[in-house]
Amino acid sequence: MLNRYPLWKNLLILFVLVFGGLYAAPNIYPDDYAIQLTGSRDVFQVDQPLIDKVTAALERQNVAIKSTELENKHGLIRFADGEAQLKAKDIISRVVGDDYVVALNLAPTTPDWLTSIGAGPMKLGLDLRGGVHFLLEVDLPKAVSQKLENYASEIKGRLREERLRYRKLETLENGALAVKFAKAEVRDTAVDLLRKEFQEFLVSADERDGSFFAVINLTEQAVRDIETYAIKQNLTTLRNRVNELGVAEPLVQRQGRNRIVVQLPGIQDTAAAKRIIGKTATLEFRLEAKPGASSARTEVYEFRSELGRKATLEKDIIIKGDNVANAQASFDENGQPQVNITLDSKGGELMARTTKNAVQRRMAVLFVEDKERTVYKTVEGEQVAEKIRYQEKGIISLATIQSVLGNQFRITGLDGAGESSELALLLRAGALAAPIYFVEERTVGPSLGAQNIEMGVTSVQIGLGLVLVFMILYYRVFGVLANIALSLNLMMLIAVMSMLSATLTLPGIAGIVLTVGMAVDANVLIFSRIKEELKNGLPPQSAINAGFGRAFTTIFDANITTLLAAVILFAMGTGPVKGFAVTLSVGILTSMFTAILVTRALVNLAYGGRQISKLSI
Amino acid sequence: MSTEKIYNFMGLRKIAALCSVALLVISIGALSVNGLKFGLDFTGGSLVEIGYEQPADLNKIREQLKVVGYDDAVVQTFGSPTDILIRLGQDHDPQLGDKVLDALQQGESQTLNLRRNEFVGAQVGEELREQGGLGMLLALFMIMVYVAFRFQIKFSLGAVAALAHDVLIVLGFFAIFRLDFDLTVLAAILAVIGYSLNDTIVVSDRIRENFRKMRKGTSLEIMNASLSQTLGRTLVTSLTTLLVLVALSVFGGEMIHGFAVALLVGVLVGTYSSIYVAANVLMAMNICKEDLLPPEEKEQEVDDRP
Repeated sequence: MLNRYPLWKNLLILFVLVFGGLYAAPNIYPDDYAIQLTGSRDVFQVDQPLIDKVTAALERQNVAIKSTELENKHGLIRFADGEAQLKAKDIISRVVGDDYVVALNLAPTTPDWLTSIGAGPMKLGLDLRGGVHFLLEVDLPKAVSQKLENYASEIKGRLREERLRYRKLETLENGALAVKFAKAEVRDTAVDLLRKEFQEFLVSADERDGSFFAVINLTEQAVRDIETYAIKQNLTTLRNRVNELGVAEPLVQRQGRNRIVVQLPGIQDTAAAKRIIGKTATLEFRLEAKPGASSARTEVYEFRSELGRKATLEKDIIIKGDNVANAQASFDENGQPQVNITLDSKGGELMARTTKNAVQRRMAVLFVEDKERTVYKTVEGEQVAEKIRYQEKGIISLATIQSVLGNQFRITGLDGAGESSELALLLRAGALAAPIYFVEERTVGPSLGAQNIEMGVTSVQIGLGLVLVFMILYYRVFGVLANIALSLNLMMLIAVMSMLSATLTLPGIAGIVLTVGMAVDANVLIFSRIKEELKNGLPPQSAINAGFGRAFTTIFDANITTLLAAVILFAMGTGPVKGFAVTLSVGILTSMFTAILVTRALVNLAYGGRQISKLSI
Repeated sequence: MSTEKIYNFMGLRKIAALCSVALLVISIGALSVNGLKFGLDFTGGSLVEIGYEQPADLNKIREQLKVVGYDDAVVQTFGSPTDILIRLGQDHDPQLGDKVLDALQQGESQTLNLRRNEFVGAQVGEELREQGGLGMLLALFMIMVYVAFRFQIKFSLGAVAALAHDVLIVLGFFAIFRLDFDLTVLAAILAVIGYSLNDTIVVSDRIRENFRKMRKGTSLEIMNASLSQTLGRTLVTSLTTLLVLVALSVFGGEMIHGFAVALLVGVLVGTYSSIYVAANVLMAMNICKEDLLPPEEKEQEVDDRP
């Protein structure tokens, strides 16, 4: 029969809509102002006694708490408003001290039955909730040249070992290395040797002013590897540091070839954030002191991961973190976890020299961090916060030296794969990384964020209201149907955005507003077709059918081209522009569903399968 | 065929062409004389936004900034007289926001608050400018290919001419009124491309249909019929879109004001261009029935999809 959908089709549409409704629902529940409490290191666990201590302190100061939660390793304390949250932050920081990170947070209030099906609200971008955005650039040329310098001493060593006499080794302007020889045959042997032993080199022979040169370049592959490694290492290090800030949903991501984006929602103190991000950690390799060694030449340190366990180490440092080129967790031939460490050639020499006389003694790796602690002092009756900088050193590994170590060795006897990857991570974090610098920084205050949301929501409401009124005036009953479809489109758009856990930004809201305006286009196309067919003398039922049928190609072509523009926008855009592109593309897709299928279903329900002489269009 | 009124759109096509050319000349002239006033996103530099409780005195702020050594500061209100935007050529300085805030707080009885603090490196800005231009060209090219594939090469040229026309005029508008051109405006221009294209495709679709369906009639008559038939839809859609854009520009706040303005202008020009520019180009290229016959079989296949 004309204009009747089979039952299954109606049910399918209904199912999709209910599904969308469920996933859009979490956005109705407003977020709570909350404070998140996390241990600054694994050894500091957040537990019930700590929460109780904090709650008691807050009650003494008359700060009303909405609820507290204790989830694996972190605590969440919710408040009724932002004022209480800010006041509470100060109090809590003082109670828990520096061992715990106290971070402002917005906690979702999604009911459990929705969370259990994986539904959650859309994330808000920095421009809507306030926070800091950094764009960091990794100095890749520097990373490559550092690596080449490391090679230089290695090459010298190999040439000496093979008794190939060279005059000097210099770095050319283009970054390549050139080794100068007096004799051509020595040069040729050297070139062969280097080619054979260093896969990552492009070695060529050259002759200038009567001298013979071996010119060494890195292969493109090698340069790319170094760059990838430098970025990866910086990413890991940054992630660790950002975690230390205790931000609720931090973002640390590679952008383009040599950049890293760091987004810290809710953070207001840019300076503090930058200090932690730009903070340097390093390593110290030291021997364990012999029993009975004089205390003037030893120092006692605690283990980082086990409170209370201590070891006495020599004051002399064998090598520091900047001699470590790489550290990787892996498994030995027996399947036991281990960490492979690669030193640069200078580090290798120093290590060999020291360990020659220290086999069967134990060597410790110390992790050294620059930190800051806040001290509250009373000056003239007023409490003043003062920041004191200090260095924190903790042992991350203490292992027996089995043989003389060169520039490659491994640490075994670890407790599991978890420990080996943790150790490798710490070693890398303290190792030499390519320098990074800030190229972009944006801070949005929380009041501006709240204002942006309010304005965005208002303009969506007003825009939607205007369109709804217009559609009813212009298309009457069909207008009402289109309006239902439009509202459902908005719901579906929010549902898809939430499912993708896309971030909503201010331009994203603009995209939603624009979608509202443009989404009715498909309905307008269909309705004008129906009107036309009616004028051409078709009976109402056939006019409806022909209208939907004919308009489809047009809608399809028009939407696909807009989608093309949106995809390009997404591919080349950054940050806020991406947000706009996402809402626009999602909006186009959902509007095709609602405008074509949902409106058709509604029209069928209203008019389908019965005798009608006139359409209210 | 239809009993509805057919407007003689193409009768005005010479005048419309003159109008378009005049607008384009003005736009290109403004772009080359004034240039675009690129925002922080593209130029690099620093920006500080400060909220006052009472309307602020811009000259006083400039003086205060000069005292502490920010001679090159550009001070302007941002949306309301209590909201001040300060742009500095300053290089990266993490404390800049607080320094400016401190300087302005001196001798001020009201409490000021730091609303926003941004820094963009010059290198980043330059890259964004290049990427933006490239993105726009890429969008135009992809669309041209798609339209040539779905319709016919003449339609494709018509569509791209209409798009280039719209983009240039929006850019010209920003150059003439010296409005800030930032990333959101660039996004808006790409949205204009999408929107105007949407419009043009709908009109082209009808032209193609009518060329096949109407056995009689000259190209001119077919054009007029097609434009008249789609006129209702063109106006209604533009109207709904304009409604929400007006809402956005009035209530959306200063940060997306540029975005809303660019789209408002773009939608207005886009509506005009879908009627006159695309069709005009088709007429100029002597579009005729033969152009649309060969792909008919192939089209039929695609059209039959549900």
